[in-house]
Amino acid sequence: MIISTPKGREELEALLAGYRTLFLVGCGACATVCKVGGEDEVFATQEWLEAGGREVVGSMVLKEACHVMRAARELRRYRSQVDEAEVLLVLSCGGGVQSISSCTDTRVLAGVDSLFLGNIRRFGEFEEKCSLCGECILNETAGICPVTNCPKGVLNGPCGGMEDGHCEVDAERDCIWAKIYRRLEKQQRLAAFDRVVEAKDWSKKFKPGRHQLARNPGSGVEK
Amino acid sequence: MSRLAEKLAQQQFVMTAEIAPPKGVDVTSALARAELLQTMDAINVTDNQGACMRMSPVALARLLIEQGYEPILQLTCRDRNRMALQSELLGAAALGIENLLLLTGDHPQFGDHKAARPVFDLDSVQLLKAVAQLQQGVDMAGKALNHPPRFFSGAAVAPAAEPQVLVLKKLAKKVACGAQFFQTQAVFKRSQLESFMASAGLFRTPVIMGVLLLKNLRMAEFLNRNIPGVQVPEDLLQRLEGAADPLAEGVKIAREMVVLAREFCQGVHLMTFGHEDLLPQILADPSV
Repeated sequence: MIISTPKGREELEALLAGYRTLFLVGCGACATVCKVGGEDEVFATQEWLEAGGREVVGSMVLKEACHVMRAARELRRYRSQVDEAEVLLVLSCGGGVQSISSCTDTRVLAGVDSLFLGNIRRFGEFEEKCSLCGECILNETAGICPVTNCPKGVLNGPCGGMEDGHCEVDAERDCIWAKIYRRLEKQQRLAAFDRVVEAKDWSKKFKPGRHQLARNPGSGVEK
Repeated sequence: MSRLAEKLAQQQFVMTAEIAPPKGVDVTSALARAELLQTMDAINVTDNQGACMRMSPVALARLLIEQGYEPILQLTCRDRNRMALQSELLGAAALGIENLLLLTGDHPQFGDHKAARPVFDLDSVQLLKAVAQLQQGVDMAGKALNHPPRFFSGAAVAPAAEPQVLVLKKLAKKVACGAQFFQTQAVFKRSQLESFMASAGLFRTPVIMGVLLLKNLRMAEFLNRNIPGVQVPEDLLQRLEGAADPLAEGVKIAREMVVLAREFCQGVHLMTFGHEDLLPQILADPSV
């Protein structure tokens, strides 16, 4: 899921300077789980805006703001209200903001900062595990990603900053290579640690990413 | 072949020290420090050390060569992708730089440009491999060079870092990828060095042991708290605390470490932080 965090009220205030009428958009997927753009947050934002003397001419919570066509369709249903607004404030990840900005000429503002693709530890606690690098090496690293979990993305064992098995960048955390080593040891696969890992092919992470399903989706294998 | 490489090949004990390029374009004080390090076999030139932006080490290394010194160019993966690293290496070779110390590099979080994007396109092992490949006349894309560079490639290791088995495994990878010598993080404990060298010595790759001048207790405690892979043991902390003249005690400790280096390693890398004038005392024979 996409983990995001709200922009500060001060920053929003500066962004909204000069605008009086707004249309609010939330998202029922990740932004709801992250408590930045669900029904509750859209409502709280509306109250805050109105207390500040602004008029919220309408609001909606999309099912998934990242779905481009569906977002456009749902937004059309609110057309008269959207037309009244000087600006749209979107409380979703950057992907969702762009679904909206691509289907209106009215200014669209992002109300949150997108952070990372995250796993959920428990309610409200998120951790980055995958960098979407385009070339998965988890099969060789005991199912722990060093590209993501090592702040330097080192692929060949601990850097010189490891101390007592901890990371120099964040002493609270284990050095991920110490962790990979322990797991490989348990699996009796230490040879995987000894091999020299080649430089990563970053062309696999071409920006902007684009992907089209194969013609026979569901077979599980890319043809 | 560099003088450093030659001396190590002849199994002579070598001495190195380091200087940092200036923040700015005036190299006067850097060159003045180099003069105090005249007796060293080679001088490391650090690369945006501690992730703080300074003059290019390639520039200062070349200026050192012009003054008759032999530099060890430090090169980190933090600020350059594989194209920039390779082109920097070709440039360094063209400028007569032979010795390299190839590092992953400190994270920008520790430096003065915290907002900088960390590159780390390669790690130190991959960089060593790239250097070996360049020397065979081929770049990382498999393209031929019109003339290959010649280098003497070094790598870093922290003998005191735990778990040591991981440190040794990484060291083995570095040797396999072309490391021809090692420079170590500061060592303060005989038993640690002994167990490290019992394994590291098997690779028959020269190890230049780091010796750091402790100026006082505060500095030692700072190192223990903030510098990964450096551990000043309790007995040394007590010696510094009890000493009437902590700096003199620090010199004494450093001298003992040089003796250790002579016993177990092939050279010593001296870190004296502005006290280069004390080098003769640190290098003096303690039995005299």
